Amino acid sequence: MTTKELAGISVEVDAEGFLTDHKIWNLDLAAAIAKEEGIDPLTDRHVEVLNFMRKEFEENGTAPSIRKMNKLNIVPTKELYALFPGGPAKKAAKIAGLGKPQGCI
Amino acid sequence: MKKLLILGAGTAGTMMLNKMDAVLNKEEWDITIVDQYETHYYQPGFLFIPFGIYNRRDVIKPKRDFFPPGVNVIFSKIDLIQADKNQVILDGGKVLTYDILLVATGTKINPAETEGMHEGGWHKNVFDFYTVEGAVALQQFLKYWEGGKMVLNIVEMPIKCPVAPLEFVFLADWWFTEQGIRDKVDIEFVTPLPGAFTKPKASKVFGEFLNKKNISLTPEFSTGRVDWENNKLVAWDETTIDYDLLVTIPTNMGDDLIARSGLGDELNFIPTDKFTLQSLANDNIFVIGDATNLPSSKAGSVAHFQADILQDNLLSYIDGRPLRGKFDGHANCYIESGFGKGILIDFNYDTEPLPGKFPLPGVGPFSLLEETRMNHYGKMMFRWMYWNLLLKGAELPIESHMLMAGKRA
Repeated sequence: MTTKELAGISVEVDAEGFLTDHKIWNLDLAAAIAKEEGIDPLTDRHVEVLNFMRKEFEENGTAPSIRKMNKLNIVPTKELYALFPGGPAKKAAKIAGLGKPQGCI
Repeated sequence: MKKLLILGAGTAGTMMLNKMDAVLNKEEWDITIVDQYETHYYQPGFLFIPFGIYNRRDVIKPKRDFFPPGVNVIFSKIDLIQADKNQVILDGGKVLTYDILLVATGTKINPAETEGMHEGGWHKNVFDFYTVEGAVALQQFLKYWEGGKMVLNIVEMPIKCPVAPLEFVFLADWWFTEQGIRDKVDIEFVTPLPGAFTKPKASKVFGEFLNKKNISLTPEFSTGRVDWENNKLVAWDETTIDYDLLVTIPTNMGDDLIARSGLGDELNFIPTDKFTLQSLANDNIFVIGDATNLPSSKAGSVAHFQADILQDNLLSYIDGRPLRGKFDGHANCYIESGFGKGILIDFNYDTEPLPGKFPLPGVGPFSLLEETRMNHYGKMMFRWMYWNLLLKGAELPIESHMLMAGKRA
């Protein structure tokens, strides 16, 4: 665990840069993480997805899968890949301040 | 009489039928198992069919051969599970009530989930090997193939037997060498994962094996569709991969029955307590094997380890006691690596596959995360164990919980 400066405050992140405490998350932090991930600016559409992911996380303890967000008409898979290029499951979870999604095997 | 109802007579359901039949008091309990098919498939054998090592007859036996006398067997499709009424409706309307329901309906491939996959190229130059039909069709194709680019792709996780795709390309490398056409075949392994496997140490080792065998690895490729008219695999971000032969691991999903009954997640897997195997929604429904949403491998060895735990928990549940059995996610996989050798991995929820030795009384030790002939014999011996011991619910000389003995951390 390390401490780093994000959006003017000091936050704790894990080895891969995921926030260790999802409760400290806010939109400024999200924008700062998004910028590091090459997404700038964070649009309303991004925020809609992030909010849904956070709500699911609060309710179920895990971030929703790409498939679930598609099925529930939150965001079609194709659009999700366009919003968060190069691995939306991981990238969106990171920007939403949630932990790294568990890889299933 | 109280009723234990088991849905699904595959590996997990058949094992549990035998295990519960052995311990339940027949004056109090009536056991019924339902499945739509009369043939049992030895699914680990499908891998060998494309290369002509096994044929269809080597992987099938009648399900009835593995049912103990005195249990009720119904061959029928199932229409609905009505959890709020403790009953199951079969196709045709017959109603079965239960005190305890055990769901073992497994997982299957769903090629139609990917646009363009289940269309003109299907079983022409796009094949699966997770069904006996796919494996046999691929055998026919490979017999006359003169070479080109073979792509193996995993559409999305989780999949049944997560090591099988690696085994397939390892065996393909061997088989094309034997046929004298290895120099005419390019093999590419395409996966949505960041490496050859999920867990870091094994991923590194398998990545080195791919490299050594001249198989190229394309990680983090999320398949969006198959452009079968132009023989291209297209990712969600529109990057493409050309193929002459596509061997695909399509999306794996639980049975439609689970979706119809409102018991599943978005992949029709049933939310299940990862330690006790009790369903999260209903106390008297238990789930085993591939039908669960557990973060463990979907594999026969895993179902076998779960079965020991579940037998204890069902007995505790019947006695009204807390469920003490805790499944640890244990998996034990023999991986064919070609040229008569194999690799063994042994792991659980908390411990990733590690190198070292795997002790097995009377036979072992086997080497872990290393390629040896002994591991290949372990794999081939398993088919005998499966038919003669495992399905019948007999004890195997492997502990249900993973042991650290022999492993190097």
